[in-house]
Amino acid sequence: MAKLVYDETGRLLFTKEMKQEYTLLMPQMLPVHFSMMQRCMQLAGYKVDMLTTHHRGIVDEGLKYVHNDTCYPALLVIGQLIDAVKHGGYDMHKVGLLITQTGGGCRASNYIHLLRKALKKAGMDYIPVVSVNLSGLEKNPGFSLTLTLIRQMIFSMMYGDIIVQVANQCRPYEKEPGATDAMIERCMARLIDGFKEGKGLNYPGMVKNCDKIVRDFASIPLEGPSKPRVGIVGEIYIKFAPLGNNNLEDFLRSEGAEPVVPGLTDFIIFKIDNRDVDIDLYGGSFLKKIVVRIFKRYVEKCQRAMISSIRNNSSFRAPVPFSHLKELIHGYLGEGNKMGEGWLLTAEMLELIESGTGNIVCTQPFGCLPNHVVGKGMIRRLKDDFPHSNIVAIDYDPGATKINQENRIKLMLANARRSTAAEGPSAGKPGPDTGKPASAEA
Amino acid sequence: MTNLKIGIDIGSTTVKVVVLDGDGTLLFRSYERHFSKVREKTCEILRGIQEMLSGRQVRMLITGSAGLGVAKASSLPFVQEVYATAAAVREYIPDTDAVIELGGEDAKIIFFKGSLEERMNGSCAGGTGAFIDQMATLMNISVEELDALSLKHEKIYPIASRCGVFAKSDIQPILNQGGRKEDVAASIFQAVVDQTISGLTQGRELSGKVVFLGGPLHFLKGLRERFTETLHLDEEHAIFPENGDCFAAIGAALCAADYEPMPFETMFRKLEEAVDSTSMADTLPPLFKDRAEYDAFLKRHNANAPGMIDPDTYEGDAYLGIDAGSTTTKLTLITPEGGILYTYYSSNAGNPVSVVKGQLEKIHELCGDRIHIRGSAVTGYGEDLIKSAFRVDAGLVETIAHYRAARHFNPDVDFIIDIGGQDMKCFKIRNGAVDSIMLNEACSSGCGSFIETFARALGYSIADFAKLGLFAEHPVNLGSRCTVFMNSSVKQAQKEGASVEAISAGLSISIVKNAVYKVIRAASADDLGKHIVVQGGTFLNDAVLRSFEVELERNVTRPVIAGIMGAYGAALYAKDLGLTQTSLLTAEELKGFTHTAKPATCGLCTNHCSLTVNQFDNGRRFISGNRCQRPLGKAASTMPNLLRYKYEKLRSLTGIPGPRGKIGIPFGLNMYENLPFWHALFTKLGFEVVLSPESSRKLYIKGQHTIPSDTVCYPAKLMHGHVEALLDMGADTIFYPCMSYNFDEKSGDNNYNCPVVAYYPELIGANIPRLKQIRYLNPYFGLHRPRDFKLRAEKYFLREFQIPKGETRAAVDAAYEAYAAYKEDIRLEGEKIIRFARENGKRILVLAGRPYHIDPEINHGIDELITSFDLALISEDALSHLVSKESRKVLNQWTYQARMYSAARYVCTQPDMHLVQLVSFGCGIDAITGDEMRDILERCGKLYTQLKIDDINNLGAVRIRIRSLLAAIDAREKAATKPKEAANG
Repeated sequence: MAKLVYDETGRLLFTKEMKQEYTLLMPQMLPVHFSMMQRCMQLAGYKVDMLTTHHRGIVDEGLKYVHNDTCYPALLVIGQLIDAVKHGGYDMHKVGLLITQTGGGCRASNYIHLLRKALKKAGMDYIPVVSVNLSGLEKNPGFSLTLTLIRQMIFSMMYGDIIVQVANQCRPYEKEPGATDAMIERCMARLIDGFKEGKGLNYPGMVKNCDKIVRDFASIPLEGPSKPRVGIVGEIYIKFAPLGNNNLEDFLRSEGAEPVVPGLTDFIIFKIDNRDVDIDLYGGSFLKKIVVRIFKRYVEKCQRAMISSIRNNSSFRAPVPFSHLKELIHGYLGEGNKMGEGWLLTAEMLELIESGTGNIVCTQPFGCLPNHVVGKGMIRRLKDDFPHSNIVAIDYDPGATKINQENRIKLMLANARRSTAAEGPSAGKPGPDTGKPASAEA
Repeated sequence: MTNLKIGIDIGSTTVKVVVLDGDGTLLFRSYERHFSKVREKTCEILRGIQEMLSGRQVRMLITGSAGLGVAKASSLPFVQEVYATAAAVREYIPDTDAVIELGGEDAKIIFFKGSLEERMNGSCAGGTGAFIDQMATLMNISVEELDALSLKHEKIYPIASRCGVFAKSDIQPILNQGGRKEDVAASIFQAVVDQTISGLTQGRELSGKVVFLGGPLHFLKGLRERFTETLHLDEEHAIFPENGDCFAAIGAALCAADYEPMPFETMFRKLEEAVDSTSMADTLPPLFKDRAEYDAFLKRHNANAPGMIDPDTYEGDAYLGIDAGSTTTKLTLITPEGGILYTYYSSNAGNPVSVVKGQLEKIHELCGDRIHIRGSAVTGYGEDLIKSAFRVDAGLVETIAHYRAARHFNPDVDFIIDIGGQDMKCFKIRNGAVDSIMLNEACSSGCGSFIETFARALGYSIADFAKLGLFAEHPVNLGSRCTVFMNSSVKQAQKEGASVEAISAGLSISIVKNAVYKVIRAASADDLGKHIVVQGGTFLNDAVLRSFEVELERNVTRPVIAGIMGAYGAALYAKDLGLTQTSLLTAEELKGFTHTAKPATCGLCTNHCSLTVNQFDNGRRFISGNRCQRPLGKAASTMPNLLRYKYEKLRSLTGIPGPRGKIGIPFGLNMYENLPFWHALFTKLGFEVVLSPESSRKLYIKGQHTIPSDTVCYPAKLMHGHVEALLDMGADTIFYPCMSYNFDEKSGDNNYNCPVVAYYPELIGANIPRLKQIRYLNPYFGLHRPRDFKLRAEKYFLREFQIPKGETRAAVDAAYEAYAAYKEDIRLEGEKIIRFARENGKRILVLAGRPYHIDPEINHGIDELITSFDLALISEDALSHLVSKESRKVLNQWTYQARMYSAARYVCTQPDMHLVQLVSFGCGIDAITGDEMRDILERCGKLYTQLKIDDINNLGAVRIRIRSLLAAIDAREKAATKPKEAANG
């Protein structure tokens, strides 16, 4: 059995022995992306389980060990990890917890600290917590992000994005239920197989893979008239994680809508871009600025490749490049608005409206600080400038009832259907069985 | 024969059914409460009009929050209710500009003018129809009576408009301190109005022709009056349509035109046969396995009983204890040995004075010449009022009363938890003294009385209702957020078919979870203690007691008199006083007892406190609602107050007319600290700095219609009022910069501002329409890198104002100097205060918060309250520079928060310093700092007290906390000097 080793600050380390004996548990945020990440880490020799549990006990554990006024994602992520340790059938002395660590002025950067506090409170402070970050914080002898692993994970994020982008456009229309999810699984397996041989981890490899992915999804047989599209934006965890948003995407689909979820790549570029902007606004090292720019350009180039892949190989709607989002935000928010999702959240709403998806669910944890400004705070302006935008802000927290949330989303959907009906067939896309009963089919 | 159209609106509390004929004529309408039997009630109504409908083709549509489930289960069509309402309004009142609809649990606004916009209240605004019901119950009157009373009001009290729970904690003290019911009734309605406006308009003007819909607005004249008055609407523009209570149902019927007709019988059968398919997934284990387990439980707890003495035969001395709680009044009369002669426990029915008077009469009669009351003491919310009214010998703070009583039953007690109607109080006992005290904050208050209100609504007594839960097989999980949320969870559970038994048990468990995880913040029993005594009326409920034991996995002591422990403790305290004769009003004096309460507004300073002046016979008087001693005829405290000093210093920074015109600065949030900087900069550049006026509730109301997020903190909300006020003052340029970063004081891992402070300028710009007509400057600046700032400022002022770079350079230098001088001055003043305190043997209290917490409208005069307790007051920034950087267990990346950690660490080293943390409601960051501050202080043996503040002014609760803190400090110091004596007595 692995010995418990602490560093000079008293932090429990994840040792090399542990790498052999322990299972690392990680929360799920984006089902496809994180599943890819999990497989990458398995390739690197870690035993990793991604948690996909979804039941009330998670919230209860969270309430028990995390300050109840802390934001809901922290409560869920920590509750899910502790619930898994306690009830997931693991040997409690042979698990470690993986959690991502970001910086930034939002309280969310405190997750790892809150997790440790919670473990201590639960009397489980013998469980090592491993930070996954790119800033070189908190090193562990038994866990290292090698260059290969970093590359795999970054490419996983981008592959995840393109898969999700096209899959979301198939799922509501698939002729054979489950075809889209099966395709996702095939694509992921193929990519990981490629990773094993070091393939698909550079620009040309990525272009090739993207083309293949898009063509694969384009081959899925679809049917039916087009459905009203509903955009989902918001605080990153609540926006993406089904556990956080009560399966919002499923709910929207069951209501006869097509969810449109802007991807993660923009968020990654956004976080890099922040450093660039910070130097402009407040000063800083010129060298750092150059490094940041090179990195940003590279990811932007990959993003453009994804976009061209979609455009060249299918009739799927393609996302817009990050640079376009940054143009859209001018006149709304400053580029320096960087905490949480910052200006990107508003830019995503602007882009959705611009691309004809004016129906938007803006999700946030109850009392989310940045979203007071960039989410709820901007809806007024958007409504003034785009009278047809139809945005509903939904709060998520341990006490909010699903029925309350769904009723508000239904109001947004009713308006979505009315405006589709008002525009009529001449507006291009046929409405979703407009004349007929709208929501009884659920 | 044309097809009939049926609209069925099933809301949270009522069912509305409407039948229209082909040309839209209303054939039938009904509005009835469904008591959670939604489908049955709907069927019953339809059955009643079967004659009209049978054999006909009908088009029908279901709407409403509870209608969704019914529609799903019966596969009948559904339309969202706001959508339906809009359809009805368009049809019948086409020139409407806006609609306000209040329902049982939802509030909605629809704007027609310009672009159509529909909004519903967010999750944290449960207070509407159900809120009014709850308030009426609280006042022990019917909703109709409440309405009638409100029309006779003379004044309006400010009552929290955020939600029902908050409002309740506001109303309670007003009632307890003798506020007129008429005024309280109108204030309740005003709170609903304010909530609707601030929560739903979110920047859109409510004007033109406004249509009011929904049950409460249909039936309550007082509520209508508050709305029309607040919105300045005349009769032509405030429309209360006939059938305004059924508009959503009418809308549904209109929308039904788009649906395929079907025979009424088919439709009716579908509805009747619909068995709700959703099952109760979210359940908890039962409280008791079987009867035997319950009996053993009862036996264990019933052993903790004091002796009962027959008052009809007893002769000798006695002591009286009164606990004038927030919702209940308790009295006990005891013998010197602690035997109980008489007890009383009842709701104070909104008028504790008359309850106590009746009881005293009874007690005097009971005593006759045999029993001599030697001493009396009173505790609880109504302590001061009752003390003045009946000349009670002494008053004591609740925590002390509870501890005194608990010690009587278990001398080794080391943890006490008291759950009353409104509050939860927990305290640890160490070395025979009350140690750390945890009180619930507004959000989790009212749990105890919630069960009672709920039981009554279902037609049960609280005792019967509690019994039902004991053997429930599958208690429902109702969450633990607050009573508003519990209420909607209950509704949902009912819709899903949960039994009353399961709900009763679920409620008990929720309350306990609330106490354990929110108030105590404990993960296990070991965090509490070995000898836990539970008390308070709520614990008389066996289901609650059991839940508590189950949750903690530990047996606890519940005295049989759990409900009157406060009064019992007060009686013991009265005995401890060692008096020979009580000053309590005699039977004779009671006969001439009179009491009148009049509202008044204090004019002694700009706070304009809402006072209630209670006048008793013989010239006894009691004034409540005051923040300071002045209205009581006493001089204001002369103790030094650094918060006041800072505030006055900042307010004195007035503009000097200059050649470059005026620049308006909203005085709030981080301007509370950065003002000396910007003031110097602009003054030097030749601008006249114009500050927005001092914060006040009026100022807040001025801006509240432009607040987009009702869960943001009060200091941020006030900014809207400040900017509106600047606009009213004719400002043509307003400067309010965005600042991700704060000054770097090198004491944390980074130097951020919180997201709200950092970016609120952008929110203001996007949500206050009038700013478009002036020049609103909200550039990004960082002051943490002076040289870089200078370069950027040069460019900025050249571009915006064509100011030569050299001038800007000089102004920036002056600005940094002014800021440094301000900081230095605060530190020197702090040192002066500390010196003064030490020379005069006074305790020093450090109020740790944010710079903007010195705003009297934000802190509600807590600073003055503290100095009135003979404490010298300083703030965290007077100390934070005195310790060096140390790493924390949380990410210490915000400048303001880092100061609090530093100040707390410094306080740890100073025996005569104590710290109280001030937290704004909705401050997500303080969810993190609160735990860490507690850690820092408790690790070195200091007490931690947190005061959570919002837009409400409930100093009563603050006073209890401060007094408890002081009592605990006293007891500790006493224990430290005479350890043995204190442990015994």
